Amino acid sequence: MLEAVEVQDVVVKYGEVTAVNGVSLSVPRGSILALLGNNGAGKTSLLQVCEGFRGPDAGSARVLGLDPIADHDSLMPRLGIMLQSGGVYPWATAGEILRLFASYSANPLDVDMLLDRLGLRKFAKTRFRRLSGGEQQRLSLAVALVGRPELVFLDEPTAGMDVGARQTTWELVDSLRADGVSVLLTTHLLDEAESLADHVVIMDNGVVAATGTPAELTAAAGIDLLQVRAEPGLPVTDLATRLDVRVAEEGPGEYAIAGALDTESLAEVLAWFARAGAQVTAVNTRRRTLEDVYLALTAGATR
Amino acid sequence: MTAGTFTPAPGRASMRSILKSQVRMELVLTARRSEAVVLAMGVPLLVLLGAGLTRATNVPSDDRLGYVVPGVLALTVMSTAFTGQAITTGYERSYGVLKRLGASPLTRPGLIFSKTAAILCLVALQILVLALVGVVVGWRPDLSQVVPAIGVTVLATAAYCGFALLLASLLRPETVTGGATLIYVLMLAAGGIMFAAPDLGTAGYFLLPLAAHAEALRATLTHGTAVAGSIWLSLTLWAAVGLTLAARNFRWE
Repeated sequence: MLEAVEVQDVVVKYGEVTAVNGVSLSVPRGSILALLGNNGAGKTSLLQVCEGFRGPDAGSARVLGLDPIADHDSLMPRLGIMLQSGGVYPWATAGEILRLFASYSANPLDVDMLLDRLGLRKFAKTRFRRLSGGEQQRLSLAVALVGRPELVFLDEPTAGMDVGARQTTWELVDSLRADGVSVLLTTHLLDEAESLADHVVIMDNGVVAATGTPAELTAAAGIDLLQVRAEPGLPVTDLATRLDVRVAEEGPGEYAIAGALDTESLAEVLAWFARAGAQVTAVNTRRRTLEDVYLALTAGATR
Repeated sequence: MTAGTFTPAPGRASMRSILKSQVRMELVLTARRSEAVVLAMGVPLLVLLGAGLTRATNVPSDDRLGYVVPGVLALTVMSTAFTGQAITTGYERSYGVLKRLGASPLTRPGLIFSKTAAILCLVALQILVLALVGVVVGWRPDLSQVVPAIGVTVLATAAYCGFALLLASLLRPETVTGGATLIYVLMLAAGGIMFAAPDLGTAGYFLLPLAAHAEALRATLTHGTAVAGSIWLSLTLWAAVGLTLAARNFRWE
């Protein structure tokens, strides 16, 4: 089956500035891909190419097997688009806006159901400009979904939302996947990418810095902290020099071993404790989070 | 929650029903903007009653209503097709509405069609209401030349729309609002609506489309005579130039 989105070596330039510099990625049908990166990483520019708002300066993008610009009018009914801001009549009410977009579609979702799902029922008669930032975001999400699209582009879907609204949105995106909708979303929130996405593409300065499932990305980075409890006062400087790790006795008998640890070095650390005749009473590892991976990658690229 | 709520079922509604709901939305939003209603109905009504029924201004005719009412009809076309249209489009562009609706099943041609249809509906409605008020207070139109009157009105509407879209594409919405309103006021003063237009002869028709349109409506509706060839030419040129510039410079975002 064709991929929902297939991007090949896309370049986007604004005058002298290169916002996207040769990005390739693909979104398999029915899956969720998160484009993760800082502001200015090129996420929105890439999305604009996929949405047909602008053509790439080089490379190509296929969306549902179609060209977003040449096949614009036949593609649009199959897409749900959520912009970062604006895009609807500020003087129209939330209900009017959602009904208008529903009227564009052959088989729209029930407008009242959608308003309920997003906690917007009580704002149905409120004009868009009077809604808070988070409420506007939720309405934009509803607008993207009301036409029952095959593929949804969500640009920073939870920006400006409070914790409750963010949770609601996450649950909604999860049910999109459950129902077979493909999703390409951008975010700068690591926990969002980690908990929603099947695949994560980390973008930095217009290029792909890393790609994989959240588990792959964190696993590749290994374990970054090992905590061992044993007798206090062991000669740990010896361990540090032998294995090129940092070792500290943080409390009496509480040893913290930091560094790039893999299965082998882990075994060696424990072997050292055994040779030292220590009685190990607890071992704890801290896995790297996506945040650690992300910070390491983006710090490296900006240097 | 029932499973399968979001199961994809994409598809475009019939273009007819899409356009119907879009035109309705455009009309509802226009009616909701009080400054648009004042410019489109309030000011023309005041001019009609003020200049038509009192001697507040000097009009170059003994038949005050016969001079003022056709001018007011021309004015109301300009208020909607130019001033109102420029302001609305300017803000819709800056709010990203044009970009967003262009990227929906409505499509860009659908959006342009809806806007045009909404403008024509409004213009027709305003003309009917104002003409009716004119008749109630004593204007006696001659309907023998109503077809050319409609013809010049369509041309004027096209010209105004072109320049409105041009202005909205080139300037910030605040500047568009100020500029379009200023032009409205200047044309109201100089366009031969409640005073005589500056006597520039035929050149006046080419400089002031409002004066040309007003004069054409006076000729047809008040006097039952044909539209001068120079007026046809002037309004055709204005429409051609306006629409060409708009098509070349229009910006969706």
